[in-house]
Amino acid sequence: MSYELIGISVLWIFLYGYLVVASIDFGAGFFAYYAKITKQDHVINKLISRYLSPVWEVTNVFFVFFFVGIVGFFPETAYYYGTALLVPGSIAIVLLAIRGSFYAFENYGSKQSTVYMFLYGATGLLIPASLSVALTLSEGGFITEENGVVSLQYLELFTSPLSWSIVALSIVSVLFISASFLTFYAARAQDYPALNLVRKFALFWSTPSIIAALTTFIFLSQHNSRHYESMLDLWWMFGLSVGFFMMAAWLLYRGKYYGMAFISVMLQYFFAFFGYGIGHYPYILDPFITIDDSATHESMGIALVIAFIGGLLLLIPSLILLMRLFLFNADYVKGKK
Amino acid sequence: MEMDTVLISRLLTAMTLGFHIIFATLGVGVPLMISIAEFIGIKKKDPHYRLLARRWTRGFVITVAVGVVTGTAIGLQLSLVWPNFMQVAGNVVSLPLFMEVFAFFFEAIFLGIYLYTWERFKNQYIHWLFSLPVIIGGGFSAMFITTVNAFMNTPDGFAMENGTFAAVNPIAAMLNPATPTKVFHVLTSAYLTCAAILAAITAFMILRKKATDYHKKALKLTVTLTFIFAVLTAVAGDSSAKFLAAHQPEKLAAAEWHFETEEGADLILFGWLNDAHEAIGEIRIPNVLSFLAHSDFNAEVTGLEEFPEDKWPPLWVHYMFDLMVAIGFFLPGVALLYLMLSKMKKRNEHNKAILSLIVLGGPLAMLAIEFGWIYAEEGRQPWIIRGYMTVQEAATSSPYIGLMFFLFLALYIVLGTLCIVTLRKLFRNNPAEEELEKQYPTDEKGDES
Ligand code: HDD
Ligand code: HEM
Ligand code: HEM
Repeated sequence: MSYELIGISVLWIFLYGYLVVASIDFGAGFFAYYAKITKQDHVINKLISRYLSPVWEVTNVFFVFFFVGIVGFFPETAYYYGTALLVPGSIAIVLLAIRGSFYAFENYGSKQSTVYMFLYGATGLLIPASLSVALTLSEGGFITEENGVVSLQYLELFTSPLSWSIVALSIVSVLFISASFLTFYAARAQDYPALNLVRKFALFWSTPSIIAALTTFIFLSQHNSRHYESMLDLWWMFGLSVGFFMMAAWLLYRGKYYGMAFISVMLQYFFAFFGYGIGHYPYILDPFITIDDSATHESMGIALVIAFIGGLLLLIPSLILLMRLFLFNADYVKGKK
Repeated sequence: MEMDTVLISRLLTAMTLGFHIIFATLGVGVPLMISIAEFIGIKKKDPHYRLLARRWTRGFVITVAVGVVTGTAIGLQLSLVWPNFMQVAGNVVSLPLFMEVFAFFFEAIFLGIYLYTWERFKNQYIHWLFSLPVIIGGGFSAMFITTVNAFMNTPDGFAMENGTFAAVNPIAAMLNPATPTKVFHVLTSAYLTCAAILAAITAFMILRKKATDYHKKALKLTVTLTFIFAVLTAVAGDSSAKFLAAHQPEKLAAAEWHFETEEGADLILFGWLNDAHEAIGEIRIPNVLSFLAHSDFNAEVTGLEEFPEDKWPPLWVHYMFDLMVAIGFFLPGVALLYLMLSKMKKRNEHNKAILSLIVLGGPLAMLAIEFGWIYAEEGRQPWIIRGYMTVQEAATSSPYIGLMFFLFLALYIVLGTLCIVTLRKLFRNNPAEEELEKQYPTDEKGDES
């Protein structure tokens, strides 16, 4: 495999990782707020904060990893996306900043505040919406380049059904992924009142997630038929995705094997995300940037791959330690430590 | 219009970095202080030091959060605001940027572990061990990002072909000539600043209430550390100046208002310039500039006359340099005074005057960081990559940059204010004495030493 293919695969895997861990985090924020205004916060908020407290910074690094990596492997992306995304990107930064710091102010600081909770919940939905703009742009047709000036066509972006369906998909997915994780976590903690509540959330958001995915598919076929065609060639991946969705929904409904249910959700998104990504090949930004002609120098590409392997050797044991101490430590999960 | 976007891009970057660097410096240095305090606490079996470590940690999580979010902002802004720069430089410096992320990962994971496992292990050293990856992660992230900045000053590790970078050697780019001195100085100054700030907070508490054993021990520890790192910072600063003399002489010359190349050059402190480029009202220390630049009082120091005037850095960086150096002498001076008084039996090192000076040292140290960076960045002007790309060429062409400036200004005001409010509440509602009582009710309160 050439280094640029390794590069994009690694980045896509990390983006998938971010999709999962960030969805859990964003959705949890929303559910915490929702529980507060419906006076159910005593049921789940302790559970949520036990999971989130040790890991939110790690979640953020996944994101940093992705954008540093993509500029590293494909410096051209800085030029096009950098210019075009100035406004949506800045808005996403501000939201991320509010979310991250308010979380710390509220949790490590002193007392609870409904305003912080509201901002924390609202940003959980707005951030995926604003980040999803980058995916929409990659389909092409929203960025123009004239005399060396790159600009974003806001009117087209805001009137495109594709861009709204992607926004909807991202929000719904966040809620579904998060709820199914919390269901699993509550089951591990043997916290049955919380389990009851979050399981309801998971069931509620399961169907919309698949509907939003189908809608996006349809609008994509109208917007970028090349991408759509190559996704059709990968029909089996999407088939698997739907299959895992049904399995997850069934397990959640039956109220059994919540661990398996969550893994099914992860696989559902894994196949959809990779089917989408592979179908996108060879473009990073249709039609300006392809993987082959925008890659960095070979020596840098190889250095990055080596650094990546070295980094993983360092990270994987550390992440395992973190998970063993918090996620898979029954006493901690139950709140005894 | 064209010029305006560039100016606003520069202001936006300066603002974000100026804000991030406050929290980044704390992020690099405070873990070391926490770790030292915890280690002493375990070793001496003295709950005072462990409580110190715990309380510092509690404040630290708040500042880390702001450091992380502003760091994410600057990381993205490099691409959003300077797309042309990242497109070109990305080919050469993405390796350290990429490795920096791994350092963050490492730091973030172990910080999570450190925070939530205080009482989880029988052997207290295990918990202490978890502070080491946090220190290493922070230190390495500072090192990696500083190599990027060093590259902008003395680009290396590539060949130019038809206006693009070819034959890239990422390792050589990282180990460019500016890297060693810059990394050394950035790290030592971060440790110095954190020690000075923690000392300032402690001294402030003693001034407001009375000096308890807990506070006295904290003060002694932090002032000692301030002294050690201040000396190291001065050594590092001196080697930075020697580096500049050899590789970036126009930056040193601008800082020193040194226009003509000459031997036995004088060091100029403060003062101002007249129209003929002559310093007035300055303090002049004969031959010291030659010494600073080359370790020899009679060595020749390159003057600005050797560079075309449109490639001169702005001359006001002189004040930034002088203020930084002045603070660089103030901090070890005060620390030394305190340490000498504490050695003399008859003197009281906790008198008002010296405590006030220590309090002053905290904010001054952080200001020195800001002055130092402004000097380092402005001193590179008009270049963004010295000799290859100007700031003008690197900026975004987006017309919305002005709006973004105000968006971020508002963000930083909110974050800064809430951060201070939260920290004050955190400690006001929970004084050290009470906490000691609560946490170690069975222990006597510290040993009597
Ligand atoms: C507490 C902070 C602090 C203190 C007391 C000092 N410095 Fe400093 N200085 C920095 C914090 C700093 C910094 C923030 O770390 C800088 C900014 C950019 C850099 O590389 O380090 C810096 C840059 C910097 C540079 C420019 C390096 C470059 O651009 O490549 C020089 C020549 C010095 N310093 C020299 C000194 C001297 C002679 C000092 C006298 C004792 C001194 N500094 C004290
Ligand atoms: C270590 C990595 C750093 C990088 C890659 C970097 C990069 C940049 C860039 C791209 C600019 C805009 C171009 C320019 O005006 O020179 C800039 C300007 C500036 N940076 Fe840095 N910077 C770094 C560190 C810092 C830090 C930590 C500070 C902290 C205060 C800082 C202070 C400034 C200031 C004040 C300006 C404005 C200069 C002007 O007005 O032109 N820099 N830097
Ligand atoms: C252009 C310059 C810079 C960029 C692009 C940058 C980037 C970042 C990013 C992306 C983060 C957040 C990482 C996370 O998610 O955990 C961060 C945090 C941090 N940065 Fe910066 N940074 C810059 C300058 C600096 C400098 C000059 C230093 C040190 C001297 C520094 C030290 C740190 C530290 C220690 C953190 C961790 C947060 C904390 O502990 O407070 N950064 N930076």
